[in-house]
Amino acid sequence: MSSESGRKLKFHILRYDPQTPGDKPRMETFEIEEAPGMTVFIALNEIRAKYAPALQYDFVCRAGICGSCGMVINGRPDLACRTLTAKFPKGEISLMPLPAFELIGDLSVDTGKFMRAMTERIEGWIHDESKDNVNLDQLEARMDPDTADKIYELDRCIECGCCVSACGTKRMREDFLGAVGFMKVARFEIDPRDQRTDADYYDLIGDDDGVFGCMTLLGCEDTCPKDLPHQSRIAYLRRKMAQVR
Amino acid sequence: MKIVYTDSLVIGGGLAGLRVAIATKQRGLDTLVLSLIPAKRSHSAAAQGGMQASLASTGKGEGDDEDVHFSDTVKGSDWGCDQEVARMFTQTAPKAIRELAAWGVPWSRVRAGDREVIINAQKVTLTEKAENEGLITARDFGGTKKWRTCYTADGTGHTMLYAMDNRTIELGIPVHERKEAVALIHDGSRCYGAVVRDLITGELIAYVARATTIATGGFGRIYAVSTNAIINEGMGAAIALETGVATLGNMEAVQFHPTAIVPVGILTTEGCRGDGGLLKDKDGYRFMPDYEPDKKELASRDVVSRRMTEHMRKGKGVPSRYGDHLWLDITLLGRAHIEKNLREVKEICEYFLGIDPVKEFIPVRPTQHYSMGGVRTKPNGESPTLSGLFAVGEAACWDMHGFNRLGGNSVAETVVAGMIVGEYVADYCANTRVQIDTSLVERFVKQEQYVINTLLARTSGENPYELKAAMQAIMMEKVGIFRNGADLQAAVSQLTTLLRRSRNLAVRTKAPHANPELVEAIRVPRMLKIALCVAQGALARTESRGAHSREDHPERNDRDWLKRTLATWDPGSPDSPTLSYESLDILKMELPPGFRGYGNDNTIPHPDTAVRMAQIAQIKADNPTFDRFEMQRVLMPYELPPRFTGKNERAGIGVK
Repeated sequence: MSSESGRKLKFHILRYDPQTPGDKPRMETFEIEEAPGMTVFIALNEIRAKYAPALQYDFVCRAGICGSCGMVINGRPDLACRTLTAKFPKGEISLMPLPAFELIGDLSVDTGKFMRAMTERIEGWIHDESKDNVNLDQLEARMDPDTADKIYELDRCIECGCCVSACGTKRMREDFLGAVGFMKVARFEIDPRDQRTDADYYDLIGDDDGVFGCMTLLGCEDTCPKDLPHQSRIAYLRRKMAQVR
Repeated sequence: MKIVYTDSLVIGGGLAGLRVAIATKQRGLDTLVLSLIPAKRSHSAAAQGGMQASLASTGKGEGDDEDVHFSDTVKGSDWGCDQEVARMFTQTAPKAIRELAAWGVPWSRVRAGDREVIINAQKVTLTEKAENEGLITARDFGGTKKWRTCYTADGTGHTMLYAMDNRTIELGIPVHERKEAVALIHDGSRCYGAVVRDLITGELIAYVARATTIATGGFGRIYAVSTNAIINEGMGAAIALETGVATLGNMEAVQFHPTAIVPVGILTTEGCRGDGGLLKDKDGYRFMPDYEPDKKELASRDVVSRRMTEHMRKGKGVPSRYGDHLWLDITLLGRAHIEKNLREVKEICEYFLGIDPVKEFIPVRPTQHYSMGGVRTKPNGESPTLSGLFAVGEAACWDMHGFNRLGGNSVAETVVAGMIVGEYVADYCANTRVQIDTSLVERFVKQEQYVINTLLARTSGENPYELKAAMQAIMMEKVGIFRNGADLQAAVSQLTTLLRRSRNLAVRTKAPHANPELVEAIRVPRMLKIALCVAQGALARTESRGAHSREDHPERNDRDWLKRTLATWDPGSPDSPTLSYESLDILKMELPPGFRGYGNDNTIPHPDTAVRMAQIAQIKADNPTFDRFEMQRVLMPYELPPRFTGKNERAGIGVK
C-alpha cells in the first residue's frame, strides 16, 4: 500500500429513521480520506464502520448489475456502487434516498414493493397458454437471432428505480406507471412468444397513468444507468397505442 | 408470537429458490419465499457468461450429449462429486434451458452461415448449418470438451432470474422481502420451519412449514475479497449447522475464479477467455501454453488460478499498489464482439477501472468465487440427518461439483436442481403433515430474542465490523488458493479466538428495528463458524484435490481421501466443528477415478479403481449391442422424477 494520502472527501448524507419517534430528517456530514478507485460504496462502508454504525443503505452486487443502490448523488439519481468519488472535483458529495419510493431509513428505500406491483400491473410475463405444456424433451421453438438480440437489449433493465425518481410526471401523478413499466411492455411487445395484442397492452397502459400521461421530460432517458432507449420506446408505444381502436 | 403457516417454505429468492417455489406451487401447495432483498437483486443475476446444457446446436457443439457433459463435470470435480447427481443434472439441463426459453429468456440463437471467431489467438471461420438457424447457441468455457455454454450476451443470469421471478409473480407466489432466517425450528430429527427477523421492523416471526428449503447461495464473504455479492455470507448453511443435526459437506472446497478485476474483485466472465481472450504477464507474454499446452487459458478454473499464482510467484506479475496482478487481454476480439457479447465486462471496465477493454488490458487476479460445499443433501435435496430440511443451489452440497466446479455449471445447477429438488419437496409436502407443539416454536423464537436483547443491552464489548474484517483477512492469507498445514493451523487457532471474542459483541446503536450494526452482530458469530468449518476441513484434508491445493500434500490421494468431509456443530463443544467423513464408493461409479490431464499425474490410486475398471470393461464386453442409454443404466442406475427421464432431442440426430 502506498503511503501517499488522498484528498479529504466530505459526504453530506440524509439521515432519518421514520421508526424512531420524534426523529427528524437532517443532513449529517462525514469526512473521510479518498483512496484510489474509491466508489460511493466503499466510502459508505467506511463511514458506517467508523462513524455511523446504524447508517442504512442498500448494496448487493456492488458491480452495477443488481440495481439495489440507486440514490440521489449530488442531485442526480444513479447507482452508488459504480460512482467513483474521483468524479467530483470539489470532493463534496451529497447523498439522498431516491424519491418516489417508500423510505425505509436514511438512504434505503423500498423499491422491491414498487417493482413487484409494477410487474403485476403490466402482467410482466410471457402470455402463452401453451407454455406449461411445452414438451421439454423436444427441440426448443426457434427464434430469429436478431429478434433474440433485440429482446435482450430491452430486457437489460435492472429495476433500480432511477427513472422513476427522475420522472416529473410521476411527481404529479401518483399512479403513473413510469419508464420502467413502459420498458417492460416494450420488451414483451416485441417478443414473439407473448401472444398479447396491442389491444391487450392498451388496457394496461392506454391512459393518463400509462403512456399518454408522459410529459416527455425524459429524466428517465437522462438517468438510466443501463442506457436503455426510453425515449424511443415511449414514443413507439404511444404511436402503437394511439392506433388501437 | 406471530406464526405464519405454509406448506413449502423457501429461504432465498435466487434462481434455485424461486424454481423450487414454482415447482411446489404448481403442485398445488401453499408456497412462500423469504428473501433478504427483492428477489430480482439476488446474486444469480451476476452469472454473466452462461449455462451449460448439451444442446449441441452449434458446430463446435456437435457430438455433445449428456455423456460428454457428465464426463466433463466428473473430471472437473476431480472425482469428488456424486456421480449419480451429476447424471441427474446433465440429463435435466437441456430441459431446464428449454423451459426457460418458453418462460421468456431471450437466449442468443444460432445464426446460419460463416462467422469469424478467435480460437487460440487465431482468427478462424466457423460455419453454422442453415437447418440450425434460430436454435439456442453456445460458447466455449473452461474444462469442457464441447461448446456447451448457452448464453444471452453476457447477461445470462440476469435474463434467467428476471424470467424466473416474473413466473413467480405470475403464479402469485408471495416473496417476503427484507426477511432474514436466523434459526431453524426443529426437534432434533425433523425441521418445522424457521425463526425469521424482519429487517425493517426487527420483529421475530415464526414461519412453520411442512418442508423448509435453504437456497441462500454461497459464503464467499468470509473472504475479504470475493466476486460474491455482499449478501453471500453463508447464513443458510450457518443456521443449518447450528441445529447440531444437519451436516455441511466439503466446506474446504472453495473455488477461486481466475479473472476478477483488481482491486475490487468484480468478476469478468470466463466467456472472455471462452471467446478467445488471453492471459498475459508483466512482459505482455502469454504464459498459459507453457503450463497447460493442451487447454491453455481454458483449463479448469482451479488449474488456471493455480498457474496464474505460480507465475506471479516467479516474479512475472504486474506490480501495483494493491499487490501483483496479471493481464486479461480481450483486445484481439474486436470492438463489435466486445460491445455485443461482452458488454457487461466493458461496462465494468469503464466504471470501475476507467479503461476501455477494446484497447487496453484488464488487470485481473484469482479471487474467491464459489462455494462447492454447503448443506449436505441426498440426491433428492433433503438433509440425510434432518427430515423436512432441503437445500438447493450453491447453498447445498448436493454434490455435483465435488472439489471444482466448471464454469457455466453453477447457474445451470440452480435451475436444474430447482426443478428436480422442487419435485421432491412437493412429494415430501404431499406425503407429510406437520404436528407441532407451539411451545417448541416459542422456545426457538425466545432463544433468538434473547440473543438480540443481550446484544442490545451490552454496554461495551467487541465491535462486529472489526471482528468480521479480522476473519476475512485470516481467510485471505491462510485459507487461499495454495494451502499448507502451518498456515491452516494458525488460521484455525486465530478463528477460534475470534469466535470466543464474538460472544462479547456489543452494538453502539440500540435501535431494535432496522439496524445494520445489529444485523452484523447477529451474523458475525455464524460467519465465524462457517469459516472454521472451511479452515478445519482444509487442515484435516492432507491431499490436493480440485480447488483444495495443499503445498505440503501435492498428490491427489484417492486411497485415503476419496471421501466427503462432513461438519457438524455439537452444542456441547461450542468452539469447533466436529468433522466426519463419508466415503465415495468407486465400485458404484460410472466413471472410475482417472487423470484429469493437467500437469503431472501424481494420484495415489485407490485399490477399488482397478477393480471397477475391470468390471466396467466386462459389462461392456458382455453387452455389445447396448446403446449408450442402456449401457448407462447398467453401469450406474439413478433416480429422477419421471417427468425428467425422457430422452433429449438434438438437432439433426433426434434422440440418439
